Amino acid sequence: MFFYLIRRLIYAIPIALAVGFVCFMLVQIAPGDPINAIVPPDAPQDVVDQVRRDYGLDKPLPVQFGIWLLKVVQGDLGRSLATGRPVWSDLQSAIGNTLTLAATASLLGFILGCVLGGLAGTFRGSILDRAAVTIAVAGVSVPHYWLGMVLVVIFSVQYNWLPAMGAGPGGSADWAWDWEHMQHLVLPSITLAVIPMGIVTRTVRGIVAEIMNQEFVVALRGKGLTGWGVFLHVVKNAAPNVLAVLGLQLGYLMGGSILVETVFSWPGTGLLLNSAIFQRDLPVLQGTILVLSLFFVALNLLVDIVQTALDPRIKRA
Amino acid sequence: MSTTTAAEAELAVQARQAAQTSDGYWKGVFKRVRRDKVTMFCAFILFCMLLAIIFAPVIAPHDPFQGSMIRRLRPIGTPNHLLGTDELGRDILTRLLYGGRLSWFMGIVPVAMAFVIGTFLGVLAGFAGGKVNMLIMRVTDVFYAFPSVLLAVAISGALGAGILNAILALTLVFVPPIIRVAESVTQGVRNLDFVDAARASGAGAFTVVRVHVLGNVLGPIFIYATSLISVCMILASGLSFLGLGTRPPEAEWGLMLNTLRTAIYVQPWVAVLPGACIFVTSICFNLVSDGLRQAMDVKG
Repeated sequence: MFFYLIRRLIYAIPIALAVGFVCFMLVQIAPGDPINAIVPPDAPQDVVDQVRRDYGLDKPLPVQFGIWLLKVVQGDLGRSLATGRPVWSDLQSAIGNTLTLAATASLLGFILGCVLGGLAGTFRGSILDRAAVTIAVAGVSVPHYWLGMVLVVIFSVQYNWLPAMGAGPGGSADWAWDWEHMQHLVLPSITLAVIPMGIVTRTVRGIVAEIMNQEFVVALRGKGLTGWGVFLHVVKNAAPNVLAVLGLQLGYLMGGSILVETVFSWPGTGLLLNSAIFQRDLPVLQGTILVLSLFFVALNLLVDIVQTALDPRIKRA
Repeated sequence: MSTTTAAEAELAVQARQAAQTSDGYWKGVFKRVRRDKVTMFCAFILFCMLLAIIFAPVIAPHDPFQGSMIRRLRPIGTPNHLLGTDELGRDILTRLLYGGRLSWFMGIVPVAMAFVIGTFLGVLAGFAGGKVNMLIMRVTDVFYAFPSVLLAVAISGALGAGILNAILALTLVFVPPIIRVAESVTQGVRNLDFVDAARASGAGAFTVVRVHVLGNVLGPIFIYATSLISVCMILASGLSFLGLGTRPPEAEWGLMLNTLRTAIYVQPWVAVLPGACIFVTSICFNLVSDGLRQAMDVKG
């Protein structure tokens, strides 16, 4: 296990570097001179030249990448063009909010998906199964930003039960676990939970149906175990794969919440990205995407390790 | 006399059965799809939608860009404007019909391009093996390190708004998964006996791939690609919704959803119509893809 851990960690390093390279290239593929990503367009020429030298933008691309990487490793993601603040400080609070939203949504989707998928897999071919499959297909097919709008129309516009915007009263961006704030979490997290719910339902249904067909389940029944006893064994067998799916979904939601955050003005990384796109604030765009993808890489790594640790059937080669 | 006719009849039945079972593979697939009511129903809806958007200029009651300041945000069921009007007084039904053209285009074209590129690279990696495989698959791994929505937003965000940039970004998002599927099915086929037999009888690498490998891997890759159309359509409309992708005054479902968002307190049900179109199209594509997968007996 120890060597597996080391090998897996070492394997993640080139991936993380390559992710950094792709993020570095984002500014390069952007139309126009990359210097425009650092100085405002109305800066005088001598300032532009000075900044170009300071940032090493007159050097060849590989050297530039090295300089950029050194800064990133030290936590310097550059400064926002729009606000002038360091990108990292803006990111910190946004990441917390996105994590709150994504974790709540994953948990919600995970629980619903496990219940639906478990029932569907156990009673395959029943009406229950069909209903679960239909809900799952609808869940993965729905444009979630649209679902968010529909929920706002129903619960905020028509009935005025829940707030439609922001993360707290008066548009506060600081999260707290009290009712005032949690009201704001309800609609976005339901909206975001729909996709993982669909995917988890499908996965769990497949896994459970497969396990139920295996001989050990028949043997357990033969030994006289009742429904719950068998159920526990099935859960134990399904858990590693299901947990892996949950971990990946959390990662997807962290990166994929941009649309839902835009609909609900949720002050997270998605909203940050959205405003960065509007203002063509490339340092913010680059920094946010870098941090989110590195988070995704780390989560993938964690899922792999936990799955291997949980499931003795996986060979640690 | 009667016994012979009975035997003859039985023989005839057997012959007919043999003829039926020896129908081509595709005929069998087609027959299974036709029996699948859900798939046929969804295919029918998609077909009607396709006709509607192709003949949009003929069916549409109004001009998609002609607004009217005095007829803004009318509700559903307004005479002369069946589905109401948008924030600039343009007819919603007309814009939905025209918008479908761009939405379908942006849902299908990136997947088709990714299908061609991904199949080429994936089959190459799977068949060549060794260093070529290593190079292609490791680069693919890097793109797998990004959540797909984020990758699409990142690339089109850096390139700037525009249909072409969005298509480029979406193609890049869908190439890696197709490479992975293509590589794994090709590896499965590569070591089968008939490939060895073909090679032993003197077929070159190109012939083996063209005749023996492609014929066996294209089906599963194609099925996988069709399952991506719905995701692509949602993502493409999502990009337009964010202000990347198509730009006003163009009619596109995601963009319409974006501009109508401000009208959510005035005409909520008109504002959500374009999203319903995306939903219906995407769910139909998903179910048709599932049906095809079952009919072609593709696992996974």
